[in-house]
Amino acid sequence: MGETGRQHQPPAGDEARYDLAALYEASDIEAALASLNAEMIGLEPVKTRVREIAALLLVEKLRNDAGLQADPPALHMSFTGNPGTGKTTVARLMADILKKLGYVRKGHLVAVTRDDLVGEFIGHTAPKTREVIKKAMGGVLFIDEAYYLFRPENERDYGKEAIEILLQAMENNRDDLVVIFAGYEEQMERFFSSNPGLRSRVAHHIEFPDYDDQELYRIAELMLGHMQYRLSGEAEEALRDYIHLRRQQPGFANARSIRNALDRCRMRQAKRLFEQRQRSLSATELATIEAEDLLASRVFDEPGENRR
Amino acid sequence: MRITQGTFSYLPDLTREQIAAQINYCLEQGWAVSIEYTDDPHPRNTYWEMFGMPMFDIQDAAGVMVEVDRALSEFPEYYIKVNAFDSTHGWETVRLSFIINRPREEPGFRLDRLEAEGRTIRYSTHTYAGQKPAGARYGGGETA
Repeated sequence: MGETGRQHQPPAGDEARYDLAALYEASDIEAALASLNAEMIGLEPVKTRVREIAALLLVEKLRNDAGLQADPPALHMSFTGNPGTGKTTVARLMADILKKLGYVRKGHLVAVTRDDLVGEFIGHTAPKTREVIKKAMGGVLFIDEAYYLFRPENERDYGKEAIEILLQAMENNRDDLVVIFAGYEEQMERFFSSNPGLRSRVAHHIEFPDYDDQELYRIAELMLGHMQYRLSGEAEEALRDYIHLRRQQPGFANARSIRNALDRCRMRQAKRLFEQRQRSLSATELATIEAEDLLASRVFDEPGENRR
Repeated sequence: MRITQGTFSYLPDLTREQIAAQINYCLEQGWAVSIEYTDDPHPRNTYWEMFGMPMFDIQDAAGVMVEVDRALSEFPEYYIKVNAFDSTHGWETVRLSFIINRPREEPGFRLDRLEAEGRTIRYSTHTYAGQKPAGARYGGGETA
């Protein structure tokens, strides 16, 4: 479509047409977006934003074909949300999407925390940070709990130095690097307000909402599906109760809590089967999680709403 | 005399883009890229100084180019080469090595003939640059 050589001329009155659909199909970005939709339950604001970014980059490609010039958009992002809301997982998918859109060349994700960036003594921080930046070039640098980088209570903290070097790289190596800052909402807010230079270079702020009961249940189903387990009818009911109760308890970390609960539940299932080792087991039994595996959880012992 | 060691040495000097493209090729093969420099271009000088550690876990040429640029600005009057090491079992060796920088003036070599017993002649290669102490061999005189 439009391969006439005319496309590189500035648009005139009756000019070549550009086929967005064809480009979309050719980029297999569809598969990446589909896996985002399938793998990630809920997270509507996140999905909308990812689609927007994908659309922007696709249109940008067409604009280049049409000879319309603009600086490549800056895609540094911040992901804020409570623990276990899928920030790292989305970052990984994001790296893949950006690769498919041709925005980054390699599409790998380098996930780091403060420890990987900040040194222990004077002169140690800069090389350490540069090392990490070099590794991330051509891909995405994901800084988890980024607010730890900045410690206002200690003015000699080396975190500041790391931030400065990051800023430099974000500005000078725009074509080579996408940086994603992740962390909990309030702390990130404070982090950005004390580093205005950083805030102005991070174009996309994406919030990860908490999951509701229904979404958590679907996440649990998805996880069990990946691990090739299934729930018996009563277990389904028990899982719904479990999620409802667990959400109200302290230290709840969304999908991460669910994953941990399922891991413990697998252990209990294994124990239950082991105790019946005199008889032989069917494949269905090996794959099935019964209500008792879930109901044995401490969550149900809490005083108050005891549904047992 | 232009020294010719390693790959591409009979070609005109590589541009920055060409260097990056070669490094990209190395990384795609899974080789670890390293940078070395020297001011002693004697052909038997196989061990050049390492410029930093070999870069084992860099995925993109842009990351290596950061180090290349640093080496070029730090040692503009030295020979600098890029090596790519293949750690695959059975290879475990440098697969590609090319010079990316050389001094502006390359005085070249002198061939010494030593007349030994009988009519035996022993040859040795003598670098003119090597007459000066290390660090003061090319241009300037200031040590790096």
